[in-house]
Amino acid sequence: MKKGGDNMAQMKLAESTGTTKAHEMAKKQREISVAEFFAKNRHLLGFDNPKKALLTTIKEAVDNSLDACEDANMLPEICVEVIQMNEKRFKVIIEDNGPGIVKSQVPKIFAKLLYGSKFHTLKQQRGQQGIGISASVMYGQLTTGKPAKITSKIAPEKPASYFELQIDTQTNKPEIIKEAQTEWNKKTGTKIELDLEASYSKGSQSIDAYLKQTAIVNPHVTIIYTNPKAEQIIFPRAIDSMPKEAKEIKPHPYGVELGVLMKMLAVSPARTLQSFLTTEFTRVSSSVAKEICEKSKLLPNTKPRKISRDGSEKIIDAINSTKIMNPPTDCISPIGFEALEKGLKKEIKAEFYCSTTRPPSVYRGNPFVIEAAMAYGGDMPGDKSIRIMRYANRVPLQYQQSACASANAIMHTNFRNYGLQQSRNSIPVGPMTLVIHMASVWVPFTSESKEAIAHYPEIIKEVKLAIQECGRLLASYVMKKKRLHKELKKRGYIEKYIPHVAKAIKEILALTKEEEESIETDLKKMLEQTRGKIKSIEAENVEYDEEFAKIGSKNAELELHEVDESNDEKEGGDEK
Amino acid sequence: MKPVIDSIKGIVKDIREKITKNETPSVFMPIRSLQNVSYDLKEGYFKLLGREKERTLTANTVKTFAQTLLMMKESKGLVETDDIATKREMYYISKNWGDAMFKEQPESDSVMDDIEGMLTVNREQMGFVPGEHGGAVAGELIVVDKDSETGKPIKIDCTKMGSGAYSVPSSVEHLKFETKAKFVLAIETAGMFERLNKHKFWKKNNCIIISLSGVPTRACRRFIRKLNEEQKLPVYVFTDGDPYGFFSIYRTLKVGSGNAAHINKYFCVPDAKFIGITPQDIIDYKLPTHPLKEVDKKKIKDVIKNDPFCKAHKEWQKALQALAKMGKRCEQQALAKHGLNYVISDYLPKKLKDQKSWLP
Repeated sequence: MKKGGDNMAQMKLAESTGTTKAHEMAKKQREISVAEFFAKNRHLLGFDNPKKALLTTIKEAVDNSLDACEDANMLPEICVEVIQMNEKRFKVIIEDNGPGIVKSQVPKIFAKLLYGSKFHTLKQQRGQQGIGISASVMYGQLTTGKPAKITSKIAPEKPASYFELQIDTQTNKPEIIKEAQTEWNKKTGTKIELDLEASYSKGSQSIDAYLKQTAIVNPHVTIIYTNPKAEQIIFPRAIDSMPKEAKEIKPHPYGVELGVLMKMLAVSPARTLQSFLTTEFTRVSSSVAKEICEKSKLLPNTKPRKISRDGSEKIIDAINSTKIMNPPTDCISPIGFEALEKGLKKEIKAEFYCSTTRPPSVYRGNPFVIEAAMAYGGDMPGDKSIRIMRYANRVPLQYQQSACASANAIMHTNFRNYGLQQSRNSIPVGPMTLVIHMASVWVPFTSESKEAIAHYPEIIKEVKLAIQECGRLLASYVMKKKRLHKELKKRGYIEKYIPHVAKAIKEILALTKEEEESIETDLKKMLEQTRGKIKSIEAENVEYDEEFAKIGSKNAELELHEVDESNDEKEGGDEK
Repeated sequence: MKPVIDSIKGIVKDIREKITKNETPSVFMPIRSLQNVSYDLKEGYFKLLGREKERTLTANTVKTFAQTLLMMKESKGLVETDDIATKREMYYISKNWGDAMFKEQPESDSVMDDIEGMLTVNREQMGFVPGEHGGAVAGELIVVDKDSETGKPIKIDCTKMGSGAYSVPSSVEHLKFETKAKFVLAIETAGMFERLNKHKFWKKNNCIIISLSGVPTRACRRFIRKLNEEQKLPVYVFTDGDPYGFFSIYRTLKVGSGNAAHINKYFCVPDAKFIGITPQDIIDYKLPTHPLKEVDKKKIKDVIKNDPFCKAHKEWQKALQALAKMGKRCEQQALAKHGLNYVISDYLPKKLKDQKSWLP
């Protein structure tokens, strides 16, 4: 707006001399590499601060390892080691027993952003974009100048390949610093060693908590974790079977957008529109394809490549007005409500537990399943907001709770029906832990750092329904508890007032003290008999593991500090 | 031994026997509501139908049960020592009962009413007396009372109370009367009573005037009943023109209440006639009015539906319906519109003469 009069004169001058402002500006205009972009905007990837950087790095590596093992149908065993080099610098080593990575692919996978197998497939898995681990490599390189060290072995009889890698941030291409063959006493697997600037702390957003929560929802995984204090924590495998394999599916027509459709039309090997529709999409039978062709006024034998933008638009309209079956749901592998509840029991000592797995639903053509588990009462504080544990495709989400669709659903569910306090549209207050898991072929995160699920109405609705299902069970428990409370109060009345009854009878009839006492005992016996026995309604929790529950909690941190101090003193003494 | 003590002991003995037999003890008392009374024109008062409620000793009732027994114990003590306690005092006595004490006086009053019904006596016989005084009396009446120390009779001339009045005591059973009056006029408000008394309405009309000050106390009802029965005096009642005046004051005075129906027989004045403000008066005298309050409307509906006295008298049903239709109520002081003493010079003389303007 300010650019008015003065600039006009300048521009005219510039035009006459042949160096316009635009020319000048053009000199500065050039392509931005993804790597450069993310180097500047590292917060988008979850590297906002040193604490989070450490978590994100480990999270990306572990997620990749788990995905790889599951793809190869191998029970995962993952070692995570965090070593503190100095105040600000850490070394992390993550090692898995997965299938390994073919030598030629290693540099690209670890040192090129947006490279990977997952972006183009619709399948429930942890990683999605192919950014995560290479972003960690880049972050390490930017903060310490050191390359990432990768070891990978794909067959027991072959030697392992070893790389030291960096990213050329200008071109987003891998730079191989060192490449070698090495012996590795392991059948197959991948190991990554990274130096980075970070900080380590405990609490709900720590690595400890992340690994624990991962173990809770992935009972088929063994995690061996060595923390910066050189303490080893082992989360042993609880189930020796792999989770149901999640199948890869083709996109569902309902989710397809114009641009995507045009791209698909251009690259499809199909020769006719009819075959394009039936082969490139899920749930499109030949009769459905015919219907779409009819509605879009295109011949079924039109060549896909020849379809114009207008034609594509017509196809989209036709798709949306055609009834198409929901996508198949065998592509989703939920945790299962029993396993979810079992995991919750291990972590939290409550008086009531319940859980549910919703039937599959669809947002934008992507099938998804919501699962919820609830723990109520017990040792949890009643005057604080409820604790929410969020998961997406078995990965714990530890940041940006308030931006997440599940938080929105929670805020818009009435928890007062379940005996909790809640001010309008806010997180309820009460002794509760709520677990929400979304499993989907494509989890819509609000950003690349994968911390919050986007607010699709279908997702919010499903989360609400899952909460309400659990809530109904909780409400009936709370009612029972209230009744029990009342009953106990009534029994209190008997204790309190029977002596008065006996005393009045004694005084009116001028009885002896002994007679009064016998009236009192007779009456108490009589009244208590009629009320029956009180049954305990609180859940017995044999799963609860106190040591386990402490992992990653702030309290545990305090204890560790205390231990540390005493150790330090000891060491000091030795030196003297 | 006094009969009250015998009944108390009898009830408690039953309870004890049940306990020794390992049976749950219970007490029976009449249901205290309009649902449990009948009205017969010939009898002239609300008669108890005999429906009873059983209070069985359970965890839910144990507190009230204990309180009932404790109050019976206090009553026995009062009767034995020939002492009395007001309802308010009874409430304070309970503060010695520890956990079983009453928190508010209404709880205590309710238990007292229950025991009263259980023993079918009136509470004065149990040693409990009302705290409030019974009403103000002036006019052509000599009350013969006893000196509480010497036992000698005292004569009180109600024409010689000056600007004050004779106050009905809480117990009236021992009183005797000497009178040449022709009728009794019972008045709802103390203000109207003052006016009639100041201008000696009773002298000109040779009558006794009594201020009820709201719903008449038991003593006041019994006092009027005695005048009516022993001196054969007709009783006229002068109240506001509203459901409260009609059915809380007049109806209670005439036929008794549902709450303490077992005593109605001795506390009713079946001969009483209503000469207060009627809906017709509001029209005839062009009286200023107020709109009916929500409670008034509710009361009208409730009375028409449930009150046996109203059901027995078409005139009252019509009067209530007329009031409801007008949506208005009228106070007796509204007559002041026509001059302060219009009530003495015109309204009452006219009303007393014209039987047709009365309500039964």
